[in-house]
Amino acid sequence: MESSILRTEDFNAWFGSSHVLKNINIEIENNQITAVMGPSGCGKSTFIRCINRLHELTENATTSGKIFLDDKNIYESNPTLIRRKMGMVFQHPNPFNTMSIYQNVISGYTLNGYKLSKSEKDGLVEESLKQAALWDEVKDTLHKKGTFLSGGQQQRLCIARSLAMKPEILLLDEPTSALDPISTTKIEDLLLDLKKNYTIIIVTHNMQQAARVSDKTAFFYLGELIEYDVTKKIFINPSDTRTQNYITGRFG
Amino acid sequence: MKEKIKFRESRSGAFRALVILLTVVTVVPLVAVLYYIFRKGISVIDWHFLVSLPKPVGEAGGGIFNALIGSILIIIMAAVIAVPLGVTSGIYFSENSKTRIYNIAHLFVDVLQGIPSIVMGILVYLWFVKPFGHFSAVSGSIALAFMMLPSIIKSTEETLKLVPPTLKEASLALGVPYYKTILWVIVPAGLSGILNGIILGVARVAGETAPLLFTAFGNPFLSANIFKPIASLPLIIFNYAISPYDEWHRLAWGASFILVVIVLTLNILTKLAERKWKVQF
Repeated sequence: MESSILRTEDFNAWFGSSHVLKNINIEIENNQITAVMGPSGCGKSTFIRCINRLHELTENATTSGKIFLDDKNIYESNPTLIRRKMGMVFQHPNPFNTMSIYQNVISGYTLNGYKLSKSEKDGLVEESLKQAALWDEVKDTLHKKGTFLSGGQQQRLCIARSLAMKPEILLLDEPTSALDPISTTKIEDLLLDLKKNYTIIIVTHNMQQAARVSDKTAFFYLGELIEYDVTKKIFINPSDTRTQNYITGRFG
Repeated sequence: MKEKIKFRESRSGAFRALVILLTVVTVVPLVAVLYYIFRKGISVIDWHFLVSLPKPVGEAGGGIFNALIGSILIIIMAAVIAVPLGVTSGIYFSENSKTRIYNIAHLFVDVLQGIPSIVMGILVYLWFVKPFGHFSAVSGSIALAFMMLPSIIKSTEETLKLVPPTLKEASLALGVPYYKTILWVIVPAGLSGILNGIILGVARVAGETAPLLFTAFGNPFLSANIFKPIASLPLIIFNYAISPYDEWHRLAWGASFILVVIVLTLNILTKLAERKWKVQF
């Protein structure tokens, strides 16, 4: 059970000359929820954007070090193929606005040019929307534009879109920070459900959220990985004073 | 205190009246032009006018069929040349707005927009007419394509810059290659604006006469050969209007009317396209 799926080795990232991730060494375990938390600007978003190689698309952004997915260095692989193995959900819901709900869910296939039969598509759409706990709300309006949904529904649609690709890892970048509390609860419940089948990394600046959903928590501060441990330990008995200060609300 | 408020209100009222007055002053000539063309032109228009060829001087009747066909042909060819070039440049500009090439190319597009149409006509004459030894429809299209390019490039660039970057990231994060992301996510999201720019570009060149003087040249006969001289509406208006014959003046009014109707229709189409393909972000 306790096998690692993702591992970083002396990983660094820069925006131009500003060093935003410093020597990160971390091992992410299979079928667990790992929370990445820390104050704004600590590099937590950059960290998960490095995992699916979105970081390097920003101008002047550079990296060094290695990240292994299943013991294969993703920085020596094709970024497009790497991204197909990882789903990503962003801070603001971003369903494709030219597509219907149905088309959004299978967009990972259609945009990549995979040909699917009608029954395969139908099956994939239903399965993914059910996994994202959205099926019951949208099953009668599948062919309406995804942008007509509420924010929380749109975010679950984005999760369904990622799940349809059957990723190995689901990366979530503050997925609930633009949502109301009820939608947030729904998504958190959903994550607890999803971890049976997926490995999840969630970036959050909300400590309660980290405490509620995650198995392990990584605390980032000023680009460094300060502490990485079982969530309970981090919240009850952190070993670093900076973690303790953050959790008790002294900064951040 | 009360006096002051009264003074302010009257000042505000006066300003409002001024704005309305100036708007009316702007709109009146426009309406007058349309009204005059309509009144002069409508009496000339009938089925015969649209489908028959010009007659020699002295003979009554005659129409603008060759010019209509010529104009449509020239404009379609111009669009076929300008749209792929313009849209791809627009995409490049919106994607690479921090590079040096962008700054230089953008300056050139601005300059291109400012080049007088007659100069464009002379240039195309030198490049595409003189070497081949004869006027041709296709050289006219090339001249018009140059005139259309800036508006297509700019509208494509501006529209695509408004597409939220999160959409692009969503697509890339699904493992969609960059070119497919541009073609199937970014461009469809900006389709209404791109179409808008294309139709406006077409409407803008539909009435251009100067670039056609030394290129398409004009032709009193029906021709659909793109390598031969061809008639066009603006040219026929120009030639008929400066002629000394009343009958030809009448025809010029009729042709003007048709041209205005075409441009107006294109503008209305723009609005419809905008409504139909408007994408909510």
